[in-house]
Amino acid sequence: MRLSRWLADRCVMIVALLVLGYLALPILVVAGLSFNRPSSRLSYDFNEFTLDNWRQPCATSDMCDAVVRSVQIGFIATVVATVLGTLMAFALVRHRFRGRSGINVLIFLPMATPELVMGTSLLALFVSAGVPQGFWTIVIAHVMFCVSFVVVTVKARLAGMDRRLEEAAMDLYASEWQTFRRITLPLVLPGIVAAALLAFSLSFDDFIITNFNAGTTVTFPMYVWGAAQRGIPPQVNVIGTAMFVIALLLVGLSSLRGRRARRANLPVGPAQGAPVRGRS
Amino acid sequence: MTLLAQVPTGSGQPAATPPAARSGRHRLLPYLLLLPGAAWLLVFFGVPLVQLASASLYDPSGSLSTGYALTWAFGNYPDVLQAYWPQFLRSFGYAGVALVLALLLGYPLAYAIAQKAGRWKNLLLVCVVAPMFTSFLVRTLAWKTILSDNGALVGLLRDVHLLAPDGRLLATPFAVVLGLTYNFLPFLVLPLYASLERLDYRLLEAASDLYASPVQAFRRVTLPLSMPGLVAGTLLFFIPASGDYINAELLGTPNEYMIGNVIDSAFLVRLDYPQGAALSFLLMAAILAVVFGYLRRAGTEEVL
Repeated sequence: MRLSRWLADRCVMIVALLVLGYLALPILVVAGLSFNRPSSRLSYDFNEFTLDNWRQPCATSDMCDAVVRSVQIGFIATVVATVLGTLMAFALVRHRFRGRSGINVLIFLPMATPELVMGTSLLALFVSAGVPQGFWTIVIAHVMFCVSFVVVTVKARLAGMDRRLEEAAMDLYASEWQTFRRITLPLVLPGIVAAALLAFSLSFDDFIITNFNAGTTVTFPMYVWGAAQRGIPPQVNVIGTAMFVIALLLVGLSSLRGRRARRANLPVGPAQGAPVRGRS
Repeated sequence: MTLLAQVPTGSGQPAATPPAARSGRHRLLPYLLLLPGAAWLLVFFGVPLVQLASASLYDPSGSLSTGYALTWAFGNYPDVLQAYWPQFLRSFGYAGVALVLALLLGYPLAYAIAQKAGRWKNLLLVCVVAPMFTSFLVRTLAWKTILSDNGALVGLLRDVHLLAPDGRLLATPFAVVLGLTYNFLPFLVLPLYASLERLDYRLLEAASDLYASPVQAFRRVTLPLSMPGLVAGTLLFFIPASGDYINAELLGTPNEYMIGNVIDSAFLVRLDYPQGAALSFLLMAAILAVVFGYLRRAGTEEVL
């Protein structure tokens, strides 16, 4: 009995590690291909080791233009979505008001609707309103699908917060604004930062909704999509690898910070562990 | 109202302790906070859906250059269904098979991280979300290399005669399903993990003390307790998977095209808006029907 359970325990762990391997394999391939000199434009096989792609990541200049455009769009969409979503989260957690369930549905629906439907419906709107599609229609679309994720992330952090800290500040004659500025905001900030990072990564990586609303503007995912037909420059894998390393560094930094905060006995909220989607 | 359960917070602070309504300013404040975000969602999520609905009823003989007339052409719906039912069936078929595969892979993974990983828990969780750190398209293209005809995997499978000497993996339904499984697996694992993490191991010990076999303990204790995460995870997997067309385009051929490919070309290549809009609406209706039917059967009302 005991032996069989021991075996079963190990068995689950082995299966889990194999599945993690399946998840990791494409990343390793992307990293490997970033050092590849392909034999032809349309070949996806590893041919010859080279450092050229890393030395000249912008050898195909359209690709770097597309990356820059994606960063610009991601930045603007993140700022707007984070502000709008954080305000909504405060209203939902801190206030009682009529129409709460309607607002909850409005926030929930974009997360449950297929991207394809959101993309095509926005396209239908822009075309019928005669709005030319391009940079700003992409920003509008990205803000729209990022807001809900910001709301749930910030809400989770806010709901896990100890209200007594604010009450204590008020008892000590802090004004409402001072309490917000010195107590509430610093405590919620990690949640807001996590939400902003999530929004940026959603925006930067979005293809389907962007594809319907981009006009002739090319973002990085759209560049890759177009290049898949014409032949992928190996530098695409350099960008893919660099993105992965940067994201990994950010996660590492935040977990270090979280550990230090825990040691210093500061409250570390739910947003630390990177819940991708949360309670709404 | 939970699609994906939250990773547990640790402190059990009550969610909302709204102060009693004080002055008039305070009664207006929540609406002022909500206004910009809610307006954005209404104008750029709600209104477009209405626009899409009306576009699906345009006179199909119009065109983008001559203009469309809203003629309540409900005939568009049977027309597109007749023309594209194979792609519809394929979308749900591929997404369904991928879901079963993802459950077989994802359940043990979530269980191992939640119950067996100990101090490695956070590291393993990062490994689960790690694929999402690279671009969706770039990592899907990596499967083109892995499954390539000249690749090690195909060579191995040919050598052990699991694949005919001229057999391929790329450009087959297998490749598309594999890509779908891979791309959306983290969405299934994370909520499942959140449910299993809360599972009290002592319940399993109690079950085994009462002479339950491990299989019985799993069926009667673990599985029911992980139901909320399981339901949320399946939905988060199934909704994007059935609407995806990137995998079918990059890893398949037109023979593997899903409904998303058809909608994409209706809007962006053929510029047939009524048809594209009708297909989009059918996709949404079909997904909603599947989701609500499933939720009713799963019987966990609190999930949605």
